[in-house]
Amino acid sequence: MATSVQDHDSLWQRLTIATPYLWLLAFFLVPFVIILKISVADPVIAQPPFTPTIDDAGKLSATADNFVFLLTDKLYAITYLRSVMMATIATVLCLALGFPMAYGIARARAETRGLLLLLIVLPFWISFLLRVYAWMGLLNNYGVLNNFLLWLGVIDQPIQILYTDFAVFVGLTYSYLPFMILPLYATLERMDLDLVEAAQDLGASPTRAFWDVTWPLARAGVVAGCLLVFIPAMGEYVIPYLLGGPEALLIGRVLFDEFFVNRDWPLASAVAVVLLLLLVVPIVFLQRSQARNAEGSA
Amino acid sequence: MRRNSRFIISTLAFGYAFLYIPLVLVVVYSFNDSRIATVWGGFSTRWYGELLRNEQVLDAAYLSLRIAFTSATFATILGTMAGLALARFSRFRGRTLFTGMITSPMVMPEVITGLSLLLFFVTLQQLTGWPGQRGFSTITIAHITFSMAYVAVIVQSRLSGMDESLEEAAMDLGGRPLRVVFDITLPLIAPAMVAGWLLAFTLSLDDLVIASFVSGPGSSTLPMYIFSKVKLGVSPDINALATLIIAFISAGVFVAWFVIRRRA
Repeated sequence: MATSVQDHDSLWQRLTIATPYLWLLAFFLVPFVIILKISVADPVIAQPPFTPTIDDAGKLSATADNFVFLLTDKLYAITYLRSVMMATIATVLCLALGFPMAYGIARARAETRGLLLLLIVLPFWISFLLRVYAWMGLLNNYGVLNNFLLWLGVIDQPIQILYTDFAVFVGLTYSYLPFMILPLYATLERMDLDLVEAAQDLGASPTRAFWDVTWPLARAGVVAGCLLVFIPAMGEYVIPYLLGGPEALLIGRVLFDEFFVNRDWPLASAVAVVLLLLLVVPIVFLQRSQARNAEGSA
Repeated sequence: MRRNSRFIISTLAFGYAFLYIPLVLVVVYSFNDSRIATVWGGFSTRWYGELLRNEQVLDAAYLSLRIAFTSATFATILGTMAGLALARFSRFRGRTLFTGMITSPMVMPEVITGLSLLLFFVTLQQLTGWPGQRGFSTITIAHITFSMAYVAVIVQSRLSGMDESLEEAAMDLGGRPLRVVFDITLPLIAPAMVAGWLLAFTLSLDDLVIASFVSGPGSSTLPMYIFSKVKLGVSPDINALATLIIAFISAGVFVAWFVIRRRA
């Protein structure tokens, strides 16, 4: 009898593990292998537009041309660097605004805290695309911000704000701010505020107490928040397209255009592989920090 | 109670204004009579009327809702299984790979996920003839794949916050494992499954980049339609559409919040 329960148990267990496992193998891992495969092919005018990895004679045909091109062509090197720079600046802006906000929410009265958090999460449920779109009406030459500045008398004719790098930073900060605030809030809320008070009672200035006590205790949340902003910002497509100028070439947009406009599938795949390599370190870092957090809270 | 300093309070005010002013303006301008979306031409609801007569919008919305419903349902089933596996079966072969595959789709840039899935579908079609046409089925599969990860994480965190004694007690009393799962475990994680389903539904309705890669000619989701219009600039009927979506989602979120607070 005991063995039959055991058998039943293991069959059920195996099914629970195997179903999502196989799904992810098929639709997540295998597609990556295919990207790798196509990134070492040559483009051809055919359907599909790339050479097979194993040619008709049964020989392996692979080329590093796409990667060599990416590394030697100035445009791509600049685009990758620009993407890293834009994502870094957006991350810093999110942190600068998100940290005091998360701190304020964590210290608010319990009744208001729920509402404040809800208002942080709410935009996240509203379409990302429409939230970016909302800025187009605000920033354009005849938009609300320009009219407001004209009315204040700061400027005497509309200035170009939409389709600049500034607009891209605003869009990135706006879209990813909740990703920064939520993990920060989670660590700050758990923090014992008596420690800060103790430091101040012992004569530390508020600034000193912040850097010596609050900041180190909040570090796990800072790391998680920064990575959650930086990683998706690196591959962002919609924000630079709608808010940035034609020269706002970020790598996500280059990949999209290389694929859909130039129809160079192998090069687009190589762009994706290099982007992924750039992101492997932050992604692994994020997963380890989250695993540590999960252990800490359990 | 410690009070927040003036600096913190003004940052909070600035932050919330930053988050909400753009949305409020879209709502205000959706009632603008002028065709030029940035000039105020008096109060009107004409754009709502035009929106409801626009067949392209209605078709795109219907396709998006069908995809969101189907993908959220499958993502909840697969994600719950994955969450159970991660939280309750501590050791099995390939667990590290499994954990990696669960968490990666959440942080992967959308352009990479989209491109890899499209190349996968093209290769599959060459080998097997399926999918003959890309559209509903390919977008749904793509959405299931990235949203099941979110469901899995929600279910897993609910399960790890809960001790196993109830399940163990049921087993000790002679409950068969499958019965225990359906009578004890599933009711306990039901709230997490509902939250996961809602999140998966929203993520699917929201997705532009991945759907653009894996859809075929003739099947435009609602975000794809919106994007094709707003590429050209601000447009009054998109303001109306955005207002409807903002109103609908805010109402839903606030109702859910009040229900949860009432119960707590």
